[in-house]
This record gives sequence, structure tokens and C-alpha cells, in this order.
Amino acid sequence: MTAVETDIQTLQLGKAIGAALHDALEADDKVFLMGEDIGQLGGVFRVTDGLQATFGPQRVIDSPLAESAIIGTAIGMAYRGYRPVVEIQFDGFIYPGFDQIVAQVAKLHYRTKGRVRMPLVIRVPYGGDIGSVEHHSESPESYFAHTAGLRVVTAATPQEAYSTLRAAIASDDPVLFFEPKSRYWSKGEVDRTIVRDLDTATVLVPGRDVTLATYGPVVQTALQAAEAAADEGIEIEVIDLRSISPLDVDTVVASVERTGRLVVAHEAPKEASVSSELVASVVERAFASLQAAPERVTAYDTPYPPSAFEESYLPSVDRILDAVDRALGRRHSRSATGSMAMQGGTR
Amino acid sequence: MSLIENRPLTVPAPNPALAAGLDEPLSVLHPDGSRHANELLDPHLGDVDEHALTDLYVDLSILRRIDAEAFALTRQGELLLWPPAQGQEAAQIGSGRALRDTDFVFGSYREHGLAYLRGVDQGEAMRVWKGVQQSGWDPMEHHLATPQIIIGAQSLHATGYAMGARMDGSDDVAVAYFGDGATSEGDVNEAMVFASAFQAPVIFVCQNNQYAISEPVAVQSGFPLALRPTGFGIPALRVDGNDVLAVLAATRIAVERARSGGGPTFIEAMTYRMGPHTSTDDPKRYRSEDEVASWREKDPIVRLERHLEQTGAPIARIREEAKIRCDAVAKELRAAVTAVSVPDHRTLFSNVYTTPTKRLERQLAEHDAFVASIEAAPGGHGDHA
Ligand SMILES: Cc1ncc(C[n+]2csc(CCOP(=O)(O)OP(=O)(O)O)c2C)c(N)n1
Ligand SMILES: [Mg+2]
Repeated sequence: MTAVETDIQTLQLGKAIGAALHDALEADDKVFLMGEDIGQLGGVFRVTDGLQATFGPQRVIDSPLAESAIIGTAIGMAYRGYRPVVEIQFDGFIYPGFDQIVAQVAKLHYRTKGRVRMPLVIRVPYGGDIGSVEHHSESPESYFAHTAGLRVVTAATPQEAYSTLRAAIASDDPVLFFEPKSRYWSKGEVDRTIVRDLDTATVLVPGRDVTLATYGPVVQTALQAAEAAADEGIEIEVIDLRSISPLDVDTVVASVERTGRLVVAHEAPKEASVSSELVASVVERAFASLQAAPERVTAYDTPYPPSAFEESYLPSVDRILDAVDRALGRRHSRSATGSMAMQGGTR
Repeated sequence: MSLIENRPLTVPAPNPALAAGLDEPLSVLHPDGSRHANELLDPHLGDVDEHALTDLYVDLSILRRIDAEAFALTRQGELLLWPPAQGQEAAQIGSGRALRDTDFVFGSYREHGLAYLRGVDQGEAMRVWKGVQQSGWDPMEHHLATPQIIIGAQSLHATGYAMGARMDGSDDVAVAYFGDGATSEGDVNEAMVFASAFQAPVIFVCQNNQYAISEPVAVQSGFPLALRPTGFGIPALRVDGNDVLAVLAATRIAVERARSGGGPTFIEAMTYRMGPHTSTDDPKRYRSEDEVASWREKDPIVRLERHLEQTGAPIARIREEAKIRCDAVAKELRAAVTAVSVPDHRTLFSNVYTTPTKRLERQLAEHDAFVASIEAAPGGHGDHA
């Protein structure tokens, strides 16, 4: 794999992440990767496939099985001038490293009055809908959004994944990069010259009736909902928040000032979540523009259930349309395209 | 500078005086089935007669069959996932047979042998791997925690259980099962700190199956894992994990020590994961066929079969008896798995707390209303499956 400056390729999202890691390793010899099974195996999702062969076991390191140590030693490497990009194998395995992330990574810059920078990237394949067992489908992003000093970002398309990860690696702030694992195999064009910022949301589809803000794996679901609604003459403005912390409230407020209605969707449970924060912020700033109570489409406030329950648990096209209907004060307007029958395949 | 090349050399060696079997794992059975003397183990095998050997053989065979059947069910789409135990039967059965029913076992996700020994309903156990339940039996009924996926976490639970047993003045012991990879986790090391500090009656059974997914054990440690506990003051026994008698004897030693107030013991059972990490893994990416073949020579079941044969046991009859039992277990398991129906989705709200909260009752009502609206919608239907 070689980076060609102007090349536009069609890549799966997982491969686009691999391309970003490749290009970052090539561009800066202070960048290195560390994680469980990322070398010889190429990661359990093959995201780092081929990178150890290209860059060697010193820069693509299979670590011992210890998440606290992966994060904690990355901190030491950052002190030493390296730019660690570490992988946590699955969302549910980040907690042994939680203390190092929230008590150390997040606070070091503040603690040292800016003298120590933590240019770490912590890659986390996250989210559900992959039919797996416990701890393999979680959305723990709000724990980190709640912690000052961490940037928390996601990506919904191969281009976003590439561009966001490059920006994350280039950033001198620590970044948690949540990768929507159910979308690893979705394809899209990737221009490897584009690097984006880590602060802004983006309006994917303009619309005048309802603002629908989401991120990560639910972006695709939201776009499908917008399409289904368009068939009925309802215009949904779809916003990909991209950055969960800091949250780009400005973009959402500007949209709500036009539409007067807000729906927020994500895979994480509802309580003390990204939607809690976003809805509160919009109410604070655009109360007068709201023509209806904001709606939220999230997982329920239970642990992630066995996979047989996923289709009820996760936001679906139908649940989003249901919320849009409520925001618009409509009843039972669900379109045929959004029937339960197609949810399994379209979420 | 290479981090990798230097790693084993920079690790200080813990105290070998506390570990047995470092040069050569403790064993009593050669791979060819012949029995040899072992000073440490032999005194704990005095009661093992032909009848006991036959029972062990049947246990090993049934475990292998349960494992093979479950694996096949993943290929047929009946199960989502299966972490195979093939090759590790002796490590699980040998250790499990050294316990009494009131000893509490805390395993990882691969100890299907312990579930079998504790009389767990196999069909019920499979519901976890079918993705319809998070656990497949009552831990309190079987004195067996249900599968635990966070690597190493259960080692602390076992230690705490043992601390409780000790506080109660009981001679129950607790056992933690984990893998070679798990020994790198903080939890396992902290479990050893507590076990040692409180002299808890806990036994750490580390099945060193040579891999943590793709990572060979050398990634975790440049010296035998059995040396790790010795740094915490915990004695260790490094045994041939494919020799069911050696594992049985070693575990008996550990259990006797724990029951009599002698504190924790660490057992490193040297074995091999013959299959993939799970049914979704591709081991060809990280290990050679030659390596796998070399371990096939040391197969725990073949070894015991040879031994039975050499001792003059009626091996043809024993094999036949084992086959009949295996077939019955497999048939029952398959029938149970294929009969599992899709659960009522409303139960996803159950058991979050001991009593339902208003918040969850409200969310359940919202779920119900949504499902009802879908059923009422033109072209909609209520089929969740
Ligand atoms: C805390 C945590 N990190 C990572 C994982 C992912 N994972 C599942 S099994 C495994 C390897 C475990 O190896 P080992 O302890 O040797 O047990 P084995 O699977 O070989 O029985 C890993 C890394 C996990 N389940 N939990
Ligand atoms: Mg292992």
C-alpha cells in the first residue's frame, strides 16, 4: 500500500482507517501503533492488516494483554516525544484503561500548565448490530465526553474516517476515535489529501422541517429515514455531529432556528448521554425557536442486551420516523419503506 | 532501538524456589500412554484405579463432543459464536475433578468442561452462544459463575469469594480459571496480591494454551508464567496440561493446601488450543500447521486411551460406552439449541435492577407503544424475528 497524493480510491471504512494509519506512519516516524493482535493478525477486524509487515514490529506493536498498560505506557511514550496510536480491541474492553484515560491522559496538559502534551489517539471499534456476545457492542462515548481534556470523535463514512483519523493523529490533544464497527465494510470514495478539523459537525442533507442530529453508525440510518420521509414530502435536515466532544452546538442551533424541531439519535443509552447534552444545549440557546419538544431516539437504559434483542434496542429507521412524526405533531405516517421487516438489513 | 528484541532480557526473574515443574512440566503420563513416577504427584493419585480412569476418559470424550457439536452448530448458523476447548480437555476435567461441589468456580468463556462437570444443562448453556441470554445457568445452584469475557476479571471474584469463605470459617475453596494472556492484566496480578496478603483459599488455574487470540505466549512473558505468582509469594505448579492425571494431582495438592489454611496456589497447565480462538478466528494467519501437528501428538484423550490400553483395561468396551454417552449428549444438545425460540423482546428490560424503576417502566411502555404502532401501520407487522 502506498499513498498517492492525489489518488481517490473506493475503500471500505475499515480499510480507510488502515490507509490513514499507513499514511500517518509514513509521514512521521514518531507515530507508532500498539494494541492487542494488531500486528501479525492485522487486528480482529483486519484494520491494521499489512502494517506490521510494512513498518516492522517496532512501530506496529503487538502488546501484552493489558489495557491499563497500553494507555499508561502510551502516556510515557508521549512524554518521550512519540505520538502513540493505540487500539482497544472492542468498546467493552476499554474500562481496564479507564483510569489512565480519565485521570492521566485527560489531565496531564492541564496539570502541567501546558508543558506536557498528550498527542495520543485511542482507537475504539464501537457500537452494536454485529450479532456478537456481551461487551462487544457498546457505545461508551459519553463517559469520555464527560471528561474535560479529551477530544471524542467519530466517523460515518470512509472519507470521514480517513480524514478524521489523520487529524486526530496530527492533534496535540488526546483523541478518542470511535470507529463504527458495524460500518467497517461500507464503501465510499476516499481522497487521501483531505484532512479535516476535529471540532465541527456537518450538514449532510439540508431540509426545512426537522433537524436530525446523529453520529457514527446511526448516520446511515438517519439518511435512510430522511429518504423515507422525503417520499412523504417531509424534509429532514440530517447533521452528522462527527465530534462528540467538543460538541458543535452552533451548527445544530443554526439548523433548529430554521426547522424549529430537533431529533437526536445515537446507539448509546439515553441517560446522561450525548443527546442529553445536545438537547440541553439547544434548549438553552434556541428555546424560542423550538416549536415542539426535542425528541431522542437512543438505546434503552439497560445493559446492552443479547444480540437477539438488538433490533428492538437500537435506533432504527422506524423509530427515527416515529420520533420525527412526534416532533411534527403527526401520527402514524410511517412510510412503507420504513417497515420493521427491513430494519435488520438497513440499520 | 527495538522494544521487541530486548523485552525478555529486561524482566527480572521471580523466585523459582516456590515453583515446581519449571524445567519440565510435572507429569505422570507420557504421550505414548506409559506411566512414569513423579514424587510430587504420585501420592495424590493413590485412588485412581481402572474405574476412575474410565470415568475420566468418558468425561474427556464427552467434553470433546460437546465442543465439536457446538462448533458445528456455529457453522450451521444455529450458534453465533463458540470458543472451542479442543485440546484443553485434560486441563479442565483434571482440575475440575479435584474439587467438591461446594467449591466455587469462576471461569472465563472457554471452561465448557467445568459446566459439564457441574451438571449444567447444556442446551441452556448454549443460549449464551445463541445470543438470546447473557448467562446459561444459575451460578448459585451450581457453584459455578457463568462465562465471563473481560479478560482476567474473574480472578478477583474468586479471590474475594475465598476471602469470604475464610471469614466464615468454612473450608470451601474458590478456583479462578484464566488463560496465558490473562496473566498480563492488572486484575490477575491484583488478585494475586490480595490472595497472598489475605492467604485466601483460592486456586488460580492458568490454562496456558500458548495463545491469546493471535499472540503467542512469548508476547506476554519471556519466562514461564508459573514464575509470576512466586513474585507474590504464591507457590506454583507447572504441569503438563494434557496429562489429566497430572492436572488432577496438582489441583488436589492446591485444594488440600487451601482447605487446610495454607493459602493460594497457582497452577500453570501447559496445553494447546487445537482449534481457532473462536469460531470467527482464522489461526492460519498466525501459526503453522506443523506446530498444530506437533501438539496433536500430545492429545490428552489419545494419551489416556493408550494408557488404559496398556494397563489391560477393556478399551474397546470403554470406547463404545463413551461413544454411546457422547452421542446421547450431542443429540440432546443439538435438539435443545435448534428448539430455542426468539425471546419476548419485552424481557430486555428485565433484571436491570432488583425492582423495576419508573424510568425503565416508562421506556418499556414506549417500546410497547412503538411495536403496537408498527403492527397497526399499513403494511406493517409485529414479527420481531
Ligand atoms: C479486557 C479484555 N481485553 C481484551 C479482550 C479481547 N480478548 C478476548 S479473548 C482474548 C485473548 C485471551 O487469551 P488468554 O487469556 O490466553 O485466554 P484464551 O482465549 O487463550 O483461553 C482477548 C484479547 C477481552 N475479552 N477483554
Ligand atoms: Mg491462551
